[in-house]
Amino acid sequence: MTEQVLSLQVNGVEHRILTADHRTLLEVLREDMAMVGTKHGCDLGECGACTVLLDGRPVLACLVLAVQVAGRTITTIEGMAEDGIPHPLQTAFSEKGAAQCGYCTPAMLLTARALLDEVQAPGPDDIRQALAGNLCRCTGYNKIIEAVEAAAGAQD
Amino acid sequence: MGTGHNVLGRALPRVDSMEQVTGATRFADDLTLPGTLVGRQLLSTHPHALIVGIDTSRAEALDGVRAVITGSDLPITYGILPVSQDENALAVDRVRYVGDPVAAVAADNAEIAERALSLIEVDYEPLAEVVDLEQGLSEDRPLIHGEGSGRNVHRSVALEFGDVDEGFGVADHIREDVFHYSGNTHAALETHCVLASYDASGKLTLWSSTQVPHYLHRSLERVLELPAGRIRVVATPNGGGFGGKTEPFSHEFVAAKLSILTGRPVRINLSREEVFYAHRGRHPVLMWVRTGFASDGRITAMHFRSFLDGGAYSSYGIVSLYYTGALQTTTYQIPNYRFEGVRVFTNKPACGPKRGHGTPQPRFAVECQLDRAAEDLDMDPVGIRLVNAVEPDSSTVNHLRITSCGLRDCIAKVAGASDFTARHGRLPHGQGLGLAVGAYMSGAGLPIYWNDMPQSEVQVKVDRGGGVTVYSMATDVGQGSTTMLATVVAEMLGLQPSDLAMVTADTDLTPVDLGSYSSRVTFMAGNAAVEAAGKVRDRVVRAVAEKLEANPSDLVLADGRVSVAGDPAAGPDWSEAVRMAIATEGPLIESGSYRAPELAGPYKGSGVGISPAYSYSACVAQVRCDADTGMVVVERVWLAHDVGRAINSLLVEGQIEGGVYMGLGEALLEEQAFRGGLHRGPSLLDYKIPTILEMPPVESIIVESVDPEGPFGAKEVGQGPLLPVVPAVANAVHDALGVYIDEVPITPDRVVAALRDLARGGSGRFGPESVPDFDFGTPVRVEPPEGFVAP
Amino acid sequence: MTMRLPNFEFVAPASVDEAARLLSDPGRSSLIVGGGTDLFPKMKRRQAVPTTLVSLSGVDEMRGVRVDAAGNCVIGASTLLADLATSEVVPSAVATAAASIASPQIRNTATVGGNLCLDTRCNYIDMPETWREASGHCLKDGGETCWVAPQGDRCWAINSSDLAPVAIALGGSVRLMSTRGERLVPVGDLYGDDGIDCHTMAADEILVELLIPSDGGRATYRKLRRRGSIDFPLLGVAAAGRFDPDGICLEVRIVIGAVTPAPVRATEAEEFLIGQRLTEEVIVQAADIASGPVRPQDNTDTGSRYRKWMIPVFVGRALRDLVADDG
Ligand SMILES: Cc1cc2nc3c(=O)[nH]c(=O)nc-3n(C[C@H](O)[C@H](O)[C@H](O)COP(=O)(O)OP(=O)(O)OC[C@H]3O[C@@H](n4cnc5c(N)ncnc54)[C@H](O)[C@@H]3O)c2cc1C
Ligand code: FES
Ligand code: FES
Repeated sequence: MTEQVLSLQVNGVEHRILTADHRTLLEVLREDMAMVGTKHGCDLGECGACTVLLDGRPVLACLVLAVQVAGRTITTIEGMAEDGIPHPLQTAFSEKGAAQCGYCTPAMLLTARALLDEVQAPGPDDIRQALAGNLCRCTGYNKIIEAVEAAAGAQD
Repeated sequence: MGTGHNVLGRALPRVDSMEQVTGATRFADDLTLPGTLVGRQLLSTHPHALIVGIDTSRAEALDGVRAVITGSDLPITYGILPVSQDENALAVDRVRYVGDPVAAVAADNAEIAERALSLIEVDYEPLAEVVDLEQGLSEDRPLIHGEGSGRNVHRSVALEFGDVDEGFGVADHIREDVFHYSGNTHAALETHCVLASYDASGKLTLWSSTQVPHYLHRSLERVLELPAGRIRVVATPNGGGFGGKTEPFSHEFVAAKLSILTGRPVRINLSREEVFYAHRGRHPVLMWVRTGFASDGRITAMHFRSFLDGGAYSSYGIVSLYYTGALQTTTYQIPNYRFEGVRVFTNKPACGPKRGHGTPQPRFAVECQLDRAAEDLDMDPVGIRLVNAVEPDSSTVNHLRITSCGLRDCIAKVAGASDFTARHGRLPHGQGLGLAVGAYMSGAGLPIYWNDMPQSEVQVKVDRGGGVTVYSMATDVGQGSTTMLATVVAEMLGLQPSDLAMVTADTDLTPVDLGSYSSRVTFMAGNAAVEAAGKVRDRVVRAVAEKLEANPSDLVLADGRVSVAGDPAAGPDWSEAVRMAIATEGPLIESGSYRAPELAGPYKGSGVGISPAYSYSACVAQVRCDADTGMVVVERVWLAHDVGRAINSLLVEGQIEGGVYMGLGEALLEEQAFRGGLHRGPSLLDYKIPTILEMPPVESIIVESVDPEGPFGAKEVGQGPLLPVVPAVANAVHDALGVYIDEVPITPDRVVAALRDLARGGSGRFGPESVPDFDFGTPVRVEPPEGFVAP
Repeated sequence: MTMRLPNFEFVAPASVDEAARLLSDPGRSSLIVGGGTDLFPKMKRRQAVPTTLVSLSGVDEMRGVRVDAAGNCVIGASTLLADLATSEVVPSAVATAAASIASPQIRNTATVGGNLCLDTRCNYIDMPETWREASGHCLKDGGETCWVAPQGDRCWAINSSDLAPVAIALGGSVRLMSTRGERLVPVGDLYGDDGIDCHTMAADEILVELLIPSDGGRATYRKLRRRGSIDFPLLGVAAAGRFDPDGICLEVRIVIGAVTPAPVRATEAEEFLIGQRLTEEVIVQAADIASGPVRPQDNTDTGSRYRKWMIPVFVGRALRDLVADDG
């Protein structure tokens, strides 16, 4: 087994982690760093529940190796609120009922955040396209779309 | 008391939503204890085989393996229904489907656990497999439960209410149709997970993503032979349930046993593949329905036959079977009704309850047939439904008591909002509208095991600072039961839901609630909460009235104060009022409970389908079909749901939208499909749940019929809205293309096959031609309830 | 997180040469990894167990899209699909195909090289280990029989790349490098018509870039799938053509993907179209000709019959795109 000491930049903090090459970012976040806000639903890239932001872009933590992302910027749900103030998306998801069981929610929020960071006032179709890799089994998505629209409105 | 509501009906966020959106919610797999071992199960690779031998010695010898167990370590059987205790945590002597767990390991880490599994050698002697209805009904296949060969009939039923032959005799028009509803599965995003810890004092604790901590508690007691008092079950927030976590599962017993053996905590998290095998999802049901109509559209008789492919174990199967015949009468006045059904065992993952349990399949059949009858009789879909719609405060021919009923209102609302009558049958080719209705129970009238204790108990404790804690075993699976309870109690006490502390779903800490199934929680736990909070309120009011020398009935609890009506500023704030109550009568801890009224009819099987109240829904779906590819796009859905009273309108809408979503998946995409005994694709890539791109806008219309027995008049909304969605889509596809797809899901290949048939001059129908010839025996004749008036 | 990757060593050389050297080392069983979105799921299912993964992400010159002096599009193999999908330099059919692949998250790590070198897929092989053992390992999985066509002695796994058909239709080629040097190969020659022997390149050859000539003509890509996202194609039809001012077809390529082990050129239909104006009648005829020889197997969703029916529909739609007014 090949192991390396990696420097991971997670939510603005540098973490030094000794880990084997074959471990995914998802495994390292959840098991080595106790950051369990990132979820998993398939381990195979099929559900989107493990989405985190890599240099601001949504990627699947179950299909990315920790060694591949050393030195790059990683954002997880634990880093979405700043100084304890929830991101407008978090507030909107809460107020609009965009989370039911809440299992898809961290990934949804991060994917939506990457969209809002790029597009100021996305329309419903932009939102649909951006969230097309995030499965939700509870909500039927419409309240999620409403929440993203509301957060976009609240941002400016 | 004032008449306005404090918080009832408002669109407030869930009380736990800030935890959810910050990633702080702890699901079962997020919990860790020091020294936790990884548990894994070895699965059968045969659909049907005898286990000749299992050699675990090489696995045991592997460094880092702490325990290895097989069927003989957990020999006691279990099953969710007391009459069908036919499961073992790990297979004993025989495997019955690909995926049946046969052995398990606990190891220091995932890698070692995986290697250990590969070192276990199982010697199988394959048996002939039974993989479909036909084989299940054949005489010469080996019995899946039992020795020798014969028909693998799990249970059959034949009931007749009224006089069906007479009903057909007076009919002006009779239709016979055959439908098939494929099996599908819950596919909750969270895979099942359990963390078990057996501590030094001999106490076992399980944190599990289960919808039924109470039933799991009882099953653990039985299988592990531990006293109930030494077992604690904590149901963690479920990352979706939908009925998929509504009975005890192998991994729960296995993790417990491995923890007992090793003295260390053990976690088992099922892989997505294992979840598809654990299943307990929607039964595939083949249906034959014969219905007689008078020339004005009124139903004179219905004869319904259902054939269920149940998979390898009983699960809720007997109940599922009865449900395929129980609720037809809750929407339409059927004066004479015969129901015959049979469930067979097959070598596939066991089917069980999924949202709507046993009723979406017959609903699909009945609603599609009704549209065709309307065509035959030159009526429109709205008209034929209104002619037959049940009335409030009536009873059905099969002895179901109907109280509040907003069915007509629901139909009128969706038809109006979608401009149905003007547009149905008149849209350009490829576009269509479909209507359907449904009804569902607000809680099963009877508990799963016979007992005469309450079905739900709630405790409310108030501390000296005014802090209110609500204790209930109700389990939040995403439906918002915790928020519902908080809202009910807050409403009673004039507080905000977010002010309360909620302690839920823990067998050590909370009084019993039977679980999150059969849409029972709002009605039952809600009523228990009303009673408990009512007692607290009465005590506080008494104490304050005494102090203010006011008439108790003039006091109002609102905005965190107790005051005299008309003078909100006078009177103490809540915490002061609480201290008065404690000072006068002692600790402010009250409990409430709910027990459904006795509703069962005078026949065997009448326990299935009874409920203290029924919710009603109506749905219109608008589709656009590509006649070349057979692809169906649902453009818009209108769904009206009679929820009795919306305790929280945001959550009610959420359940409606979620139900529509799941119904659309079943209508168009999802199928738990098999090739022989092998699942065709146990993954979220092959099993296609709709993405955001498949989801149309939904217009949710809340209808409030205010049920006389529901908490504040509330009924269920978790399951009912799914029911009419599937037939509404099917009817819309017919409106769009002229084809009849009598097989769900309505996949593009089926649509194109039907279109090609239509083009060749055929009927344009895709679906099963006939049902097996099965002797159900002479039906048990049941007289309609007293006072039953045939329409 | 039950499905885990097997052990391996991960190396990320900084140059193509170094990568080529590593790959040629007979002491290792190495595989190239781009984004890993095809490879990692397969490794988690133990369909592949390499001891070394050679990542190309450290090779800067392999990333990005440029236009060379001759006006050709040069697409580095490590270019992310997300970037290709939004590129304004590449022909729009290429961007459309890229945007249709998998999901937004996957496109943020998946690469062009990985897509062109995608392993063939089949619903007897892309399954978990338990399942494969239960079904009896198939030919591609080290067994004796192809369960899709048990009578035969070959594997029918499908080439499901969405980029390959467009690249072929546009006359694209790829630059391959190894310690033995480099070569330029037409994309169409990259694939072998066997599900196991599905790539003609050697195991140690690195796909460095994809070249799309500037004179490929008007092009389109039509993808059939059940859901609007995540799903692989059930059928993918690419077409590219050039027409004279009167609308007479001078040159056309029609490529049918996701039905057979290699994307197939509909050469008979192409020949039929040359010299003709693409009227509705001609298009329908050409679509039928194109579909004639193609035999989809029952090894993905919706079955073979339906996919066979859809071939003329999709070829027809692709051809209509070529002559549509709006471009
Ligand atoms: C849920 C899901 C859905 C998907 N849907 C689609 C889809 O719709 N359409 C589609 O086309 N694909 C789809 N894919 C497959 C895959 O994501 C894409 O094809 C992707 O482009 C592969 O690129 P990669 O860089 O991730 O490849 P990798 O996994 O890194 O590599 C794939 C293969 O190519 C080889 N390879 C990679 N780069 C090179 C190179 N430069 N030179 C030589 N060999 C190389 C690798 O050794 C490996 O065998 C899907 C995958 C998943 C998990
Ligand atoms: S866990 Fe499903 S995509 Fe990563
Ligand atoms: S809220 Fe449950 S999966 Fe999205």
